[in-house]
Amino acid sequence: MIGLSASLAHAGARQVAGVSGHLGGLLGRPARWFGFGTWFVLGLLLGGVLIAAFAAPVVTRLAPRPALLLAVSGVLVGFGTRLGSGCTSGHGVCGISRMSPRSIVATLVFMTTAALTVLASRHLFGGAFG
Amino acid sequence: MTRSREAAVGLLSGLVFAAGLVLSGMTDPARVLGFLDVTGDWDPRLALVMVGAIGVHFTWLRLAPKLLANDLPAVSLAPHAPITSALLLGAGIFGVGWGLSGYCPGPAVVSLGLGAREGSLFLLAMLVGMLAFRVYTSWRSRRSDGEELTDAVASCR
Repeated sequence: MIGLSASLAHAGARQVAGVSGHLGGLLGRPARWFGFGTWFVLGLLLGGVLIAAFAAPVVTRLAPRPALLLAVSGVLVGFGTRLGSGCTSGHGVCGISRMSPRSIVATLVFMTTAALTVLASRHLFGGAFG
Repeated sequence: MTRSREAAVGLLSGLVFAAGLVLSGMTDPARVLGFLDVTGDWDPRLALVMVGAIGVHFTWLRLAPKLLANDLPAVSLAPHAPITSALLLGAGIFGVGWGLSGYCPGPAVVSLGLGAREGSLFLLAMLVGMLAFRVYTSWRSRRSDGEELTDAVASCR
């Protein structure tokens, strides 16, 4: 379905279904507020609302994690995806499908640092970060 | 392209994307962290999700030129632009953030819709990070007298 959605965005509007790029665009010039990106983000939000209303999404219960951890993680993801021009959807799905060397390298880098971060937090520090 | 077409396509792709993320388990941070935990009790299921998504989209992109009328402008991307330090550093920072919480941008937006408290808090912080990037780039471009846009700004979509 993710591949289908990315293909739909390309077929119907020649757009890349990259979430961080479209979110970042919303924070920018008003000229982009009424374009594809806004509707794409609204669709994601509305999708969540509909699923919560009509189905029970499977979410594994984790022990509540400290707000500080989520805040630090969020700021890093926000800054990093803008500096690196993409996230899991834009680089990982769309970029690799386009065989873009930039996206392939970016995906390898963020997968590696993410795995290293989990390794550090779970195994070296014994789950100290939650 | 008409605004209404952009709106309809955008909304529909967003809805399908959200359903895909929830069904595949991407909005479940425990599942994501299990996938990233390659040296521990590795849960490979999300790798299949990614391979599946790429498979579908890759195939579509190769069929599209034969099936579609050329009525829309091509995607403006620079896939063959050089691999810069901004790309590497940004991807590296993103990965650390992703590994800390198990959230990346798409699932964070969907989580707000789902009413998940953690995801919503993460989303708020992520928007702060994106704004910080904007402030940082405008500071950089002012410092270089606006002669040249930084690589990061130039490659931003």
